[in-house]
Formats: sequence, C-alpha cells, structure tokens
Amino acid sequence: MEVAEEAAGCSLRPFSCEQGLLSRPDGSATFVQGDTSVLAGLYGPAEVKGSRESPDGATVEVLLRPKVGLPGVAERSREQLLRRTFEAVLLGSLHPRTSITVVLQVLSDAGSLLACCLNAACMGLLDAGLPLSSLFCGVTCALDPHGDIILDPTARQEQEAHAVLTFAIDSAQRKVLATTTRGSCSAEEAGLPAPRPISGRGGVAAATRAGSGL
Amino acid sequence: KENCRPDGRELGEFRATTVNIGSITTADGSALVKLGNTTVICGVKAELAAPALDSANKGYIVPNVELPSLCSTRFRSGPPGEEAQAASQFIADVIENSQIIAKEDLCIADGKLAWVLYCDIICLDYDGNILDASTFALLAALKNVQLPSVTINEETGLSEVNLKQKNPLVIRKHPVATSFAIFDDTLLIVDPTAEEEDLATGTVTVVTDEDDRLCSVHKPGGSPLTGAKLQDCISRAITRHKEVKKLIDKVIKSIKPK
Repeated sequence: MEVAEEAAGCSLRPFSCEQGLLSRPDGSATFVQGDTSVLAGLYGPAEVKGSRESPDGATVEVLLRPKVGLPGVAERSREQLLRRTFEAVLLGSLHPRTSITVVLQVLSDAGSLLACCLNAACMGLLDAGLPLSSLFCGVTCALDPHGDIILDPTARQEQEAHAVLTFAIDSAQRKVLATTTRGSCSAEEAGLPAPRPISGRGGVAAATRAGSGL
Repeated sequence: KENCRPDGRELGEFRATTVNIGSITTADGSALVKLGNTTVICGVKAELAAPALDSANKGYIVPNVELPSLCSTRFRSGPPGEEAQAASQFIADVIENSQIIAKEDLCIADGKLAWVLYCDIICLDYDGNILDASTFALLAALKNVQLPSVTINEETGLSEVNLKQKNPLVIRKHPVATSFAIFDDTLLIVDPTAEEEDLATGTVTVVTDEDDRLCSVHKPGGSPLTGAKLQDCISRAITRHKEVKKLIDKVIKSIKPK
C-alpha cells in the first residue's frame, strides 16, 4: 500500500465506535467522528413482503432519518447511494427471499455526515453478523480555496470549501464503491489521473483514511 | 462481432441525440430531448416570489423530475418513487455545483422580489440513461427561457410586468452529464439502455462543464471501480461535452428570433 506524507489537513478528527448497544435490532453500532455521530440499527435477514421478494438474493432497504424534520428528497438520494453500496458488499445470494433493513439515525451533524453514515452502517453490518465480501469505509475530502485537501472536514470547513467529495472505499482492493461530490473542481484536484488504484492527492488521502480506519 | 452491444453500438458510443426547443408555448422555456428511445421533456415556468430572509439577493431554481407510469411499466402511479426523487436531487445538485445560473441574476429587488424558476422534467419514454437526458433537457430549456422585464413602481410599491419586453437568461456554465454502466468491475459502457441498466452491476455519472471542470462524479454504490477507470470515464465525459455543446449551439442558432 502506498504511504502518503502526512500533509497538513490529512489528519482525522478523533473517531470512535460502539457496537451492540441496542437490544431489539439484530445489529447496531454508533460511529462518532469529532462531533458528528450516527446510530445504525440493522434488521436481517428477515421476512420480506410479497412483491419485493427477490429469488436471487436479499432485498436491502435503507432508511435515513435526519436529526430534525421528516426525511425529504435529499435523504432519498442518500438512501439510494447507501443501499447500492451495501448491495455491492453484502453476499445477498446467501439469503434469498429475505430483507435486510438498515436504519440510520443522525444524532448530530458537524460535517462529513455521509461518511459517518457509511462507517456506522459498516460497523452495524459486522455486528449483525451478515456475510460481507469486504468491509468498507466512508471518507469525506474538502478542497479549500487554497487548493489544500482537508480530510474529515467540519461543517464550517465544508461550507468554505469549493468542493467536497465523499468516497466509499472497500477494504479488499481499495477500490471506489461510491462517490458523490458537491461543488466543482478540476480533474487533477480530484486526484484521479493515475494508473495505480486510487492515487493522486485526493485518492491517497482517502486511501490513508481507509487504511487507518480498517 | 466483438465489443458490440445488442443494438449494434460500440462500447463508447452514444445513441442518436435529438433536441427540440420551444415546443411548449405556454411555458417560459422548454426543450424535448431524445437519446435513442429515451424521451425527456423539460418545461420552465417563471413566477415571482419574495427572496428568502437569509439570502435576500438570490432567486430560486426548483427542479423536479417525474417518472410517470406512462414512460415504463416499472413505475406505478402515486407519490414519486426512489428513482424519481434521486434524479430530482441529482439535477438540483448539478444546478448548484455547476452554477449554471447565478441565483443573484434572478433577483429583481433585494429582499422584495425575485424570480422562481420551476423546472419540470418529465420522462415520456424510459429506455435508460435518464440522468443524461434530463440534464441536457434542463440546459436546453434554460437557454430557451425568455423572462419578461419587471420593474417596481416607486409610488405604489407593486411590481409591473412588461410581457412585451423579454430577456433571455444568462447561462454561465453548460454542464453535460455522461452516464456509464459497470459490468463485473471491469467493463464500462456508455449511455446504457434500460435493458443494459437492469443487467449492470453499477452506474457512474460524470458531469463536466466547458472548462473541463468536474461538476459532479456520481457513483451511487454498485461494483467497485479503480481510480484509473474513473479517469477513463472523465475523459469520455469531456469528449461528450464537446459533442453536446455543438448540438445545443446549432439548435439555438436555428431558432428564428421573434
């Protein structure tokens, strides 16, 4: 694995995780990154209602509950991203005609929320004992106006940045499972041009985070 | 024949793209885009509203993508499903990230009056790649929008709309989306049809603007990709941007000014 220099801004906020704190769900975990924290609860493999049953594998459902208010269109879009990320790592074919429900509750949002949701869900999937082909982690990078990369930005840093990129990276081959961006940046800043898997400034910073997180 | 898709296309080839502007006369701007069989129509209506308190000099752009049961049997009538909501959020993000229109340009009087542009994107025929078609339809419709000039009467404080004098919108950037379907972690095909999307293990959408800046790299889960593959997607997206820009410019020029 490539070792990146610890450039300024490549440090993460103190993060912690606790598993198994809820008694009803099959798996639960809470993940805290700085002041951002998300609680994940997992139910599965469980029964699935008629039409949504899939004979090939498990049906994954994700519910993302914001801290205040009802879930809106933005939450639906994130739920779709999370659902497809879980479907890529879950060995759903081992549990056909079942449903796996992931409920994510945002406890506090101080930046890097989607990455925290991904991490909480991964820990929850482990706690539930569901078969996975690899672990994954979420990491958010912000490109500030000077062109520096800040990993795991706070809410304020996210606002001031001219681009915020969130990646979900798998642990087996360090490939990109999911990505979503806010703001615009040039391709070099995004750190993508390189023949090696995940290289360039943004990618290396993200891979370091993946390494330290897993 | 190798490296060929069921409809005869190469892996990196787009379907025939056609665009028709100004077909809805009751809307302030409209565009119909066809990507092969996928047909998407965008209508823009402008209304007046008071700006929000925390951004008194900005107007609003409200996109909405609808996938009615007309376009495909996979969509039932009723409240919007996940795909429609995710598409709406994607279009809202593209507008925000690319700064296609500066919201300050939509403001008429600070704190008092601003334009709201309701952009309704409706799919008429779903054959895959809805995001590319919607982004293109939105861009073409916004280029077609003519806003009447509005002045505020000093004495009465009411707004006066002059329908005879119309100005086009200032379009700052031209974002173009390019979508890819991923098969088994290795194969990337551009502009998937509905059949290819169903069989794919993942999708990626890259939105670029004319300065070759990335407005959005949208990969909602799906099988993993290396950085090199993502870079290939970005290069293809940049090429596609040039093709689309040429098409839009040709269409805009062909409209006879009223």
